[in-house]
This record gives sequence, structure tokens and C-alpha cells, in this order.
Amino acid sequence: MRRRAIAAALLALAVACATASAAEYVPMPGGRFASVLPADGKTAPAQVAPFALRTEPVTNAEFLAFVRRHPAWRRDRVPTVFADGRYLSQWAGPDTLGADALPAQPVTRVSWFAAQAYCASEHARLPSWYEWEMAAAADATRADARSDPAWRERVLDWYSRPSGHALPAIGGPPDLHGVRDLNGLVWEWVDDFNALLVGSDSRDQDGADKLKFCGAGAISMEQKENYATLMRIAMLSSLKATDTTANLGFRCARPIGETP
Amino acid sequence: MNRLLLLLCTLCLALPLHAADALPGDSVYQLPVTLTDQAGHAAPLAARRGQPQLVSMFYASCTMVCPMIIETMKATRHAAGDPAALKLLAVSFDPARDSVARLADYAGRHQLDPRWWTLARAEPAEVRPLAALLGVQYRQLPDGDFNHSSVLLLLDADGRVVARSTIIGRTDPDFVAAVRRLAGGRP
Repeated sequence: MRRRAIAAALLALAVACATASAAEYVPMPGGRFASVLPADGKTAPAQVAPFALRTEPVTNAEFLAFVRRHPAWRRDRVPTVFADGRYLSQWAGPDTLGADALPAQPVTRVSWFAAQAYCASEHARLPSWYEWEMAAAADATRADARSDPAWRERVLDWYSRPSGHALPAIGGPPDLHGVRDLNGLVWEWVDDFNALLVGSDSRDQDGADKLKFCGAGAISMEQKENYATLMRIAMLSSLKATDTTANLGFRCARPIGETP
Repeated sequence: MNRLLLLLCTLCLALPLHAADALPGDSVYQLPVTLTDQAGHAAPLAARRGQPQLVSMFYASCTMVCPMIIETMKATRHAAGDPAALKLLAVSFDPARDSVARLADYAGRHQLDPRWWTLARAEPAEVRPLAALLGVQYRQLPDGDFNHSSVLLLLDADGRVVARSTIIGRTDPDFVAAVRRLAGGRP
């Protein structure tokens, strides 16, 4: 009898583990990458260490499971320093999705703090901007398809789509690495979202703004034709860590070789 | 029996009082981050609850603006009448280089009185959330230096942001007035 109880408990545990680790991560090679944001604010390419990236954005169903396990992140309990008043407001209730939030849709209206906490629960973190930008440069056959006008068109085409429509479910076509939905579904948080435009060198300006930023580098945007990417940077830079919007979701990343 | 009832009632009455002690949702002390100070003592950020705080972020090897952040914090305290209750906290966003020894050395060189000054470091993974919470932007450059914004924050005893200033290099009169109102320094 007791043995059967233990077996049942083990089975339940196994099921719980399987559910918790359902998210798929694929290895990303890293390397030198010509980011639209030069690493030194001039021309230096970014150096990206190999990492693992979640193949799909986090869905409503996954975030609901997280909120049930960590009730401190329910929308009726989260402290206001971690999320604004619209956090998860598309859900029917604090722990129910309802008709306006389908399980397979990417979760949106999540703050940076909430996204970070979710990734920690998957033994992961948010990707850095460079990691995200490098991953999003790929198409079905090339690791860096950005010089192809078709790549740019696809991204811009998404930008011009009206945002009033319901979000599609995750599961777009995989790219070269097996990653889906980087472009064309939702905007995504990155770990260093608020550090992207800090570098504007104001030392040669006069007035009180002179000392607002300390630092050596001036950001000069490289590859100005990639304004699709620059738009994303401008959007991310305008956010506060507590902000939530109807089109902003996230996915997670891990250092390579680390599994929970 | 009656006494027991009385005791229970007292407990019930005490409960709402206890709830008032709960941390407000808009308190920065909601963040579970551990700070280690220039003397090597580790404590949660929330342990600073109870006294008003002047808070900023910096890094020790910065030669340009960071010393001015520290000097501006000093000058603000002084301009507000050296309020005894006010604590000053500067947290490094360079945990890789800013060891406890380095923070202690920095505090010594800048003559930061340990009675009200704390220089602190946090674990690398905890720095970005803290900066996001305080509204400080920073970005590491390939040479190890940082680009960063400079912000002074005034926290009340419960860790709510009462005032904020981006004026560095001189005192901000509005900010000083807010410090004086909150911490009650001599006029």
C-alpha cells in the first residue's frame, strides 16, 4: 500500500517535472556579430558567447502554470514596483485565462520583472539584446539574412499590421536554428532593455544634461538601412521595467550546456 | 475561559496592525536582493527599512561622473542640514571588479563616514533588477568601463521613492527640500 503511494507520488513528480521542462531550448552558436548597436559605440562588433534559446515565446498556458505555482505573481498580488496596473489584464481572472487569452497565444502584458521571474523558474534568464538580435537575424536557411531585402520586408510588414487583431498562436515556421516567432508575432523583452541607448555621449554638450551620462562611448547606429531593428531598439528603450503592453511578450535563454 | 476569549480578541485586533506593517506594494524593499557593504556585512536591501535613504548607483573605477555622484550625495545631505536619520547608499553595478576591499578603499579615499554611508555590491544577476527598480541605466563597454545614467533617489522609511534628481555636480534645490521635509534636518 505504502509502496503504491510512493509510486504514485513519484509518478506525479515525474509528470510535474515533464510539464515544467516542456519548454524547448536549442543551442545557438554565438560568435562575432555586426549589431546595429556597436559594442563600443563606434564600430566594434558584438561578441556573443554560445547560448541556448527557447524555441518559442512563453504562452498564456505556460505563464498561467507559473502564476499558479508562484501566487506572488498573480495580478491581484504583485507589488506595484514589479508590474503596472494592466499586468495580465487580458486574462479573465487572476488565475484563469478566459476567452480573450487562448492557451497557445504568447503571453503579453507582462512586466520585465515578471518575465525575469518566469525565466528563473525555467532555470533560465532573459536573452541579452545581442543574443536576441543575433538570433532574429536568421531565416530558414541563413544565420544572418539581414542583407536580404526580403528579410527586412517581412519584419516591416509585421510592424505595419494593425495591432487591434487577436494575437496568433505560437508555432510559426522554424528558422535555421529551429527557433520560431522571433519576428512577426510579439515584441519581446530582453535582459538589458534599458541599457541600449545609454551611450549617447553628452560630454560635448553644454548645460545640465552634460553629466547625465557617464561614459566613453557615443552610440552611432551602424547599418542604418536596418531601421526595422532600430525601431525595436527605440521601442525597448522607451519602456520601464514595470511596463506591460498588449504586444510585448518574452522568451528565455540559458548559458549553453546548462539544463535544470 | 473568558480570559482566553479576551486574549483571542486582542490577537484579532492586533492582526490589522500587523497588516499595516506589511511592506507597501510600491516599496523598493519588495526586491529580494542581498547587499554586501564595504565592511563585508551581507544583509537584504529590505533591512534598510525604517530610516530614509539617499540612494544611487556607481562603480569604483569610474573616474568621470561617479565621484561626482558621491560628492553630490554628500553635498545634498549637508545642504539638507545633515539630518541624523538619513542614510546614504551607493550600490556598484560593477560586481566583477568592485570587491568588498575595493569598496572599503573607495570609502576611505572619499572619506565616507560609515555612520551614515554604505557602499555596497550585489551578486551580478541581482544588479540589473536593482537598477531597473531604481531607474538607473547602465551598459558595459568592451573595455570594461560603463555607460550609465546618474540618478539620486530619496526613499522614505518604507522604501517608497519620494523624490528623484538627475542633477549631478551641484545640489538640486527641489531635491534638497524633499530630503529636508522627509528627514527633518536642521534649517
